[in-house]
Amino acid sequence: MSDDMSGDPQVTPRASGGRAPDVFRPGGWVPMRSYRDDETVDFVIVGTGAGGGTLACKLAEYGFSVVALDAGPYFRPLEDFASDESEQTKLYWTDDRISDGANPLQLGSNNSGKAVGGSTVHFAMVSLRFRPEWFKSRTLLGYGADWPIDWREMWSYYTEVEQALKISGPITYPWGPKRPRYPYRAHPLNAAARVLARGCEALGISWTETPLATLSAPRGLAHPCVYRGFCVAGCSTNAKQSALVTWIPRALAAGAEIRDLAMVGRIEVDDRDLVTGVHYHRNGGWHFQRARNVVVAGYAIETPRLLLNSATGRHRDGLANSSGLVGRNLMTQSNQAVWGLMDDEIRSYKGPPSLAITEHWNYADKGKDFFGGYAYMSQGPLPQLWANTLAQARGLWGARLVEEMTNYNHVAGLKIVGEMLPQERNRVTLADEVDQYGLRIPRVTYSWCDNDRRLIDHSLAFMTRALQAAGAKDIWTQDDDTCHLNGTARMGDDPRSSVVDADCRSWDIPNLWICDGSVFPTVGGVNPSLTIQAIACRTADRIRAMARRGELTGQRAERTRRAVHATSASA
Amino acid sequence: MHDRSRPPAIPNRYPAYDVLAKRNGPSWNDKTREVIAERLSVTATPQFFSASEFQLVQAIAARIVPQPSSRPPIPVAALVDRKLHADIADGYRTDGMPHHREAWRRGLGALEAEALAAFHRPFAELSEAMQDQLLQRAEAGELKAADWGDMPCEDFFKRRVLRDVVLAYYAHPTAWSEIGWGGPASPRGYVRLDFNERDPWESAEAKPGREAEAARINRHVR
Repeated sequence: MSDDMSGDPQVTPRASGGRAPDVFRPGGWVPMRSYRDDETVDFVIVGTGAGGGTLACKLAEYGFSVVALDAGPYFRPLEDFASDESEQTKLYWTDDRISDGANPLQLGSNNSGKAVGGSTVHFAMVSLRFRPEWFKSRTLLGYGADWPIDWREMWSYYTEVEQALKISGPITYPWGPKRPRYPYRAHPLNAAARVLARGCEALGISWTETPLATLSAPRGLAHPCVYRGFCVAGCSTNAKQSALVTWIPRALAAGAEIRDLAMVGRIEVDDRDLVTGVHYHRNGGWHFQRARNVVVAGYAIETPRLLLNSATGRHRDGLANSSGLVGRNLMTQSNQAVWGLMDDEIRSYKGPPSLAITEHWNYADKGKDFFGGYAYMSQGPLPQLWANTLAQARGLWGARLVEEMTNYNHVAGLKIVGEMLPQERNRVTLADEVDQYGLRIPRVTYSWCDNDRRLIDHSLAFMTRALQAAGAKDIWTQDDDTCHLNGTARMGDDPRSSVVDADCRSWDIPNLWICDGSVFPTVGGVNPSLTIQAIACRTADRIRAMARRGELTGQRAERTRRAVHATSASA
Repeated sequence: MHDRSRPPAIPNRYPAYDVLAKRNGPSWNDKTREVIAERLSVTATPQFFSASEFQLVQAIAARIVPQPSSRPPIPVAALVDRKLHADIADGYRTDGMPHHREAWRRGLGALEAEALAAFHRPFAELSEAMQDQLLQRAEAGELKAADWGDMPCEDFFKRRVLRDVVLAYYAHPTAWSEIGWGGPASPRGYVRLDFNERDPWESAEAKPGREAEAARINRHVR
């Protein structure tokens, strides 16, 4: 047992004193480079999830000095994670937030994470590429906004991330342009996935094994997935290829410092309109880390919140906000479902929750009365989530609820990840109330538009037919759920209509960057994590290229690049 | 509206299955044992609610998740109490909803006021049918006593009562056994994933007329 085992990682930081937890060895440590607050580092990164964790790794491997701060704890999955839904809510961001609008978002579980590794610690691991046309959806498909990035460039970064996470997937993918074979074999289907397959085959559309960021073969010190089914409650065996067990160990090995339980409250900007570092709360007090560049990677609510909370006399509307778009165009994704009962025992609690998928309605343009697309996947809700779904979405309580729950092992469901359109009225603003750090809390406003409703209606009608064709009975629809969050600091090629450029560099402040799901101009109908990580890899390459040309603001003239060989800590 | 007042007819679908029999086996890691042991040790003495509030929560919980008399009850109200005592929040509030602790305090006070106004008796002393009637009116947004303040009664019912009570019930191993769930599963996990497949460490479902066979299997689940 190590000396930190008695300490609560949610109270006392673990990454300090020149070492960080070794997530692969119980009680183990890995060395960590440490910087003083008054040492000006090349990059301070706010957040260590899919965006920040990936970028910290890549920039450190390229030789930059990096300090990455996360408000959450540094968990040791092998020791800290229970097989228990209640206990594992400790992975969620549950700080105070207000949710309003015509369709208030339910926050704090599937769409947030507070841990080193961010929400990748509890994500469902679904690792999908965007449809190429989505990067030019305004020009090619007539809705949303174009990305300032070409899909062919993204295609190569997707490949890099799929290799970095050893994504398990099918040999051939049924939709879109050719892609390389997935690094690891697909996982076997569980019964819930077979129900999806039956429905697709009956209706004549393609399906496949879902590309997943969980191991189907050993990798270094991580074992293959044991199909325990608690993926969205955190993986206690390290099969899940979260940022915590992939990018972060690589970042440490390359010389990055990670600071856990470090909440950034404000970015400092000088009178030359350059950022100089961040104020952060750790160990009971406020500190200031100096940096030549600041990267905000707090996801679509905390990122705009930090930019807005950093307002000064010269930047009255918050930092990087001359367009007025910081906080606007928040996009969730629709997450509606159709559920039914099968005569067969399904026991969908076994295995990753979404082992089978169809992207048919992401790639088909005929037969739609809406813009955008959706994927749908098989489901495996654990008992608390399932009971709460029956209560909240179906209105069951009393005898009917506890009786219906005894059908748990026969439930099968199909659930979409659906594209919602960007709307400026959907946004993050600051409420007057403050949180435990004295920082103004976010107010999140969300209302569906007609197109969002048409997409949802289409999906529910189609999935109902699919579930019927698969042999389900007592079919009902869940229409209240949403999932991932994106937008609020969109990228573009015009400073008037975007917050950052294609390189995730803010238009207003050249040494302030944003690198997470906030920069998405559109969300598409797939889970965003693979795209966030691909953007982070691209951003790191762009930063390296700009540094070589001397185009980074605040860059030391005498800088000499160290060639750091990219090695993986353990994987 | 369907009759919520009848007692639950929970089918004994997984006879003799006890998820806790696996407690010392390879499906439970140390952290899980620690967490569940703490949950099972919860006593009926409230740490957040007052004694009268706690009685009211017990009465409400008995309507939301009615329990059979054939087994020791799940201490639902105590589990809700501990969640509030530990201040484990949801991560958001809709407009008009106070923080979860204040929402519970205010909502319980308002529900009690509604009971006294409608039936001249405390909620806990009402018949189950009367209690259900009040809860249904809260669910429908029909309760308007001044005690609610700006908190919509339907939001209190759905986002606080229903959510917290249902999550508490299904956090308990007794409920897991009742629905035949495999329970904690680290590190052993599962092997047999397909239709109608069960690992030897999963519950066996009783087919009609073959309950004894299922019970025999379930007694050996470890």
